[in-house]
Amino acid sequence: MKKLFKHRLTWPVAALAALVVINTIARPQFLSLTVKENQLYGPLVTILRDSAPLMLVALGMTLVIATRGIDLSVGAVMAVSGAVSLTIIARSEAPGSFATVAIAVIVGILVALVLGVWNGFLVSVLGIQPIIATLVLMLAGRGVALLITGGAITTVVSPPYKWIAAGYIAYLPVAMFISIAAIVAVALFERRTALGVLTEAVGINPEASRLAGVRSRSIIWGAYIVSGVLAGVAGIIFAGRTMAADANAAGFMIELYAILAVVLGGTSLMGGKFSIAGTVIGVLIIQTLDSTILFLGVPSAQKPLFFAIVVVIVVLIQSTRVHDFGRSVGQRFARKEPTDIRIDEEVAA
Amino acid sequence: MHTDTAVQPIVDMTGITIRFPGVLALNNVDFSLRPGEVHALMGENGAGKSTLIKALTGVYSIDAGTIFVGGRHEAFATTADAQRAGISTVYQEVNLCPNLSVGENVMLGHEPRTGGRIDWKAAHARASEHLAALGVDVDPRAELSSHSIAIQQLVAIARAMVLDAKVLILDEPTSSLDRSEVERLFGVIRGVKATGVAVLFVSHFLDQVYEISDRITVLRNGNLIGDYPTAELPREQLVSKMIGRELEDLAALARTAERTIDRDSAPVLKAEGLGKRGIVEPADIDVYEGEVVGIAGLLGSGRTELVRLLYGADRADSGTVSVHGALAKIHAPRHAIDHRIAFSSEDRRGEGIVADLTVAENIVLGIQARQGWARRVRPSVHDAVVAEYMEALDVRPANPAMVAGNLSGGNQQKVLLARWLATAPELIILDEPTRGIDVGAKADIQRKVAELAEQGLGVVFISSELEEVLRIAQRVVVMRDRRRIGEFVSQDIDLDGLIDYIANAERGNVA
Repeated sequence: MKKLFKHRLTWPVAALAALVVINTIARPQFLSLTVKENQLYGPLVTILRDSAPLMLVALGMTLVIATRGIDLSVGAVMAVSGAVSLTIIARSEAPGSFATVAIAVIVGILVALVLGVWNGFLVSVLGIQPIIATLVLMLAGRGVALLITGGAITTVVSPPYKWIAAGYIAYLPVAMFISIAAIVAVALFERRTALGVLTEAVGINPEASRLAGVRSRSIIWGAYIVSGVLAGVAGIIFAGRTMAADANAAGFMIELYAILAVVLGGTSLMGGKFSIAGTVIGVLIIQTLDSTILFLGVPSAQKPLFFAIVVVIVVLIQSTRVHDFGRSVGQRFARKEPTDIRIDEEVAA
Repeated sequence: MHTDTAVQPIVDMTGITIRFPGVLALNNVDFSLRPGEVHALMGENGAGKSTLIKALTGVYSIDAGTIFVGGRHEAFATTADAQRAGISTVYQEVNLCPNLSVGENVMLGHEPRTGGRIDWKAAHARASEHLAALGVDVDPRAELSSHSIAIQQLVAIARAMVLDAKVLILDEPTSSLDRSEVERLFGVIRGVKATGVAVLFVSHFLDQVYEISDRITVLRNGNLIGDYPTAELPREQLVSKMIGRELEDLAALARTAERTIDRDSAPVLKAEGLGKRGIVEPADIDVYEGEVVGIAGLLGSGRTELVRLLYGADRADSGTVSVHGALAKIHAPRHAIDHRIAFSSEDRRGEGIVADLTVAENIVLGIQARQGWARRVRPSVHDAVVAEYMEALDVRPANPAMVAGNLSGGNQQKVLLARWLATAPELIILDEPTRGIDVGAKADIQRKVAELAEQGLGVVFISSELEEVLRIAQRVVVMRDRRRIGEFVSQDIDLDGLIDYIANAERGNVA
């Protein structure tokens, strides 16, 4: 029992479970699933589908944070990759052809990769503080995206592209499969190789790792590249939802939600030990909360406030200091009596 | 109650017992401090020294026993309670505010006020007085971080005096000080003692304990072994009380200085004119197979800087390094590792242990880094390596899943040694491998180094304890003021000779 309380995924899972329970009580249809035209529908499916972009971005963010870094540029990278791929489709002769879409997607992701390389170069080679290094692209990226789209919101009609964000395979949304594939890929990549533990070593103690012969530079650089690529994929899914490349709306504030998801999942912003499973749960908490707010009909102007209140509660539930405080209050009550007796003895002496 | 000859103790702890899950950290321990004495608390790591200190400073609550401070029964719930009772602690890592001025640090919370506003002029003047009373002459307006650790410690002591401390606890205060700084600290301790304050002194340096302390309390495995006037406790007895075995065991081990080394083949490592401007002047050093070469010199003599150049931790701007007679380019630790050179830094926590990883992960880190990230060390190999080296070096507790940061210093050092030995190096550079660790672990490490050298490993061995260097190394390179000033065969020089050479050899008199 004690071990269960100490396990670092216990509290995130508890928070997610609590949200699901509250939702189910408020609207029993929350857990319902219906099949329409070979497609599975229901609030849970929607949450899993809509969480895909945040999931991808948060996975990359987890790796970057594990190296003691942070990647603020993910939202801007999403905007760029979406703008690149939609512009390619818009300018092509056959926007609906599979080949066009394939090229558009690949080029979009490659551009995101280049942006990740740039971030990693600034941080690992030039030694610029991650928050500043990625701030550059956070600010400049959307400008680049606007440049690509010519300042307008590029809209296209391309069924294969739309399928990425809104299509279904075997009753389930494609976006969900992409999201799951990314989780599995990152988890295998980190934990089946030694990359995970070396990343943690670099995040915990960069100098000790360097002296132990770890290629810290490559590992840090690699984390930013992965983050860039995943943000690129997220940008393509996001653009596919509306079939419009909106340089300002794409991935707006997603960097902050991704950081939040990582922290909710129990990975420290100080770097080091990270948890992929924790981040997945963190993302699901955020997405479920978002859906709850929508359902409760909170006016959109008050949505951030409501969101913030719930997040504060979730973070407090997870805080070890709050746990310690609770324990010490408990102990103080339990110990009250013996302390009094000791004082009596002293008086008697 | 008291006889007239006995001074009433300022701190009287009786029957102190503290349990941690599965461990009896302190078992019915009595401990007292008298005003105006310097009392050394001795014991190996894990003996219960820090637990006892934490009981006295309110960090831990006690499970049984009583604590009287100045005749009052105390039950400290927090460290603030202990401070209020007059117990001040100066830790190894000074806990002051580095970005405030010296004076602000000394007076923090006790600033003189005029009409509700802090009178900084008076505060700094007052701080100056307190510092001067300790014989410390520093500008109270200078930022604390601009001073050395030694001065910062003295500032911490001055602050304790402002708090009107009756008990001053100094936990390993000298571990990062050089000889003259230690002298200065001891001067201050004697001054503090003269005012009637009780000083509790914890150190691994026996010389210092005998120099400064009046009384010694020895703990072992959470039990009180006894307390003794320092003058009546010979060194050998102290050591055998601390480790619970006879000193002959220690003396018998690791005296390898007389071993003859075959210097016919090319040296494992040879550096010529290796230097870096402003850091260390060009120096030569060579190590043959199976040889232990000691580097003797004070802290700041350039000994650490020189070996960092050898390993590529810092980049040399002059000189050449050859490995087995062939020129080698070593610009980064990885290059050195490729040439089978290993390096264990003097800064165990900062540059050695990866604190949040487990013991097993720390041990395997060296092999894993060599293999690269793509090929993970196979679980069977992983477990075998970890088990082999944890046993060979007697890492305690023998739990590979334990977080390395929670190990004692000596065991962390063993884990680092294990990390490097697992990579099968041909040369290992050990910078202060035995500093700040207990006698038992020290003996284990010395024994292991001697054994490895006998099997053909080349070793560069740095230690502040010259006696240790002379005992283990066949040759000793002497450094002073960032410069190599000479080299001896260990058998040709004794400890006094070496000290004299370090202190007095003329600059031009390079051997």
